[in-house]
Amino acid sequence: MARRWQWFHRLGSPPGFYRASGYWLPWLAVAAALLLGVGLVWGLVYAPPDARQGNSFRIIYIHVPVSFLALAGYYVMAVAGAVHLIWRMKLADMVMTAAAPLGAALTFVALFSGAVWGKPTWGTYWVWDARITSMLVLLFLYLGVVALRQGFSNQEAAGRACAVLALVGTVNIPIIYKSVDWWYSLHQPATIRLTAAPSMHPDMFKPLLVMILGLYVFYALVLILNTRAEILARERRTGWVRELAMGRNQD
Amino acid sequence: MHPLRKRRLLVVVFILVVSSIGVALATYALRQNMNLFYTPSQVAADTVPGDVRIRVGGMVVRGSLTRTPGDLGVSFRLTDGNDELLVHYTGILPDLFGEGEAAVAAGYLRSGRTLEADQVLAKHDENYTPPEVADAMKTGHAARAARDAGAQGSSAP
Repeated sequence: MARRWQWFHRLGSPPGFYRASGYWLPWLAVAAALLLGVGLVWGLVYAPPDARQGNSFRIIYIHVPVSFLALAGYYVMAVAGAVHLIWRMKLADMVMTAAAPLGAALTFVALFSGAVWGKPTWGTYWVWDARITSMLVLLFLYLGVVALRQGFSNQEAAGRACAVLALVGTVNIPIIYKSVDWWYSLHQPATIRLTAAPSMHPDMFKPLLVMILGLYVFYALVLILNTRAEILARERRTGWVRELAMGRNQD
Repeated sequence: MHPLRKRRLLVVVFILVVSSIGVALATYALRQNMNLFYTPSQVAADTVPGDVRIRVGGMVVRGSLTRTPGDLGVSFRLTDGNDELLVHYTGILPDLFGEGEAAVAAGYLRSGRTLEADQVLAKHDENYTPPEVADAMKTGHAARAARDAGAQGSSAP
């Protein structure tokens, strides 16, 4: 039993994670560059234009994958927060710290790309409908976690407060997701559904899938990079970080 | 599980449940305010406030769009399948505005049955089709309608 969990404990310690993740980074970077490169060229150049929207629909290849990750990333942050609350795991707190600014950036890109698309399609950049407003709340939740972290001088207390805020905010995620079905909104319902075929021509849908997959990999890559930076910043006084720094200097 | 961790797990579950119930109650209480627009049926049933700016959404009735010659004035009817509402608007319509498509108009109700709109937004649906496919579908529908009409015409005498 104890043997079986050894890898987990090694990976769960900041130095163990730092070493292991160093080997994953090149693979993730290559996969993200390939998927995003192929997806962007396919979607922006080779996919057919939309019959009614023309070329402006192509913003979907940025907007939808980024919005997906803005929502999924919130669960990553909240689950990391819960793990830190329950098991007091240092690495989980670092992952939560790393996920907050990343999620805020993705949410901002989702809102911005939506506004750019909204002007030619709807006739307005912004409208206070349920989907857009709840997405703005998500941006404030992410920024709230970032700000709350800065507001504490005690790292332990900051971690617990951020975790509670992140957990409370998870209520917003299903609201964002279902807002277009529950209420009358200007934003259209989901094109990609779990239970039905996508309401999109396959020639347009395939590059979108590649972009979504690519953004998942990109998210993992940036989250790991952020976490590694957080590990080094917090463990800067420990022996292994010093050794690492010395070793690098000798090369 | 260690009793201390079990207690913390319960705290986490408690936070999730309590915040979910709170937000569910708040959104339920505000459910009408969560909607971006009223429907023409709601306007017809007199359930909308009369003297404030409201938004009404629905499908633009085919053949109802008329333009006033000489200026940018347009009028059209919005429908939700039950009732219709006449909308007057002066200004530039969004590119995707069209008959048979969904739209949201914002403005003041005049004499209960006409909306003096100061803003008209086009609502796009979740379907995306390449132009060739859309054309093929259109000609397919037309051919089918013509065939049906022909079949009816030949069987009539």
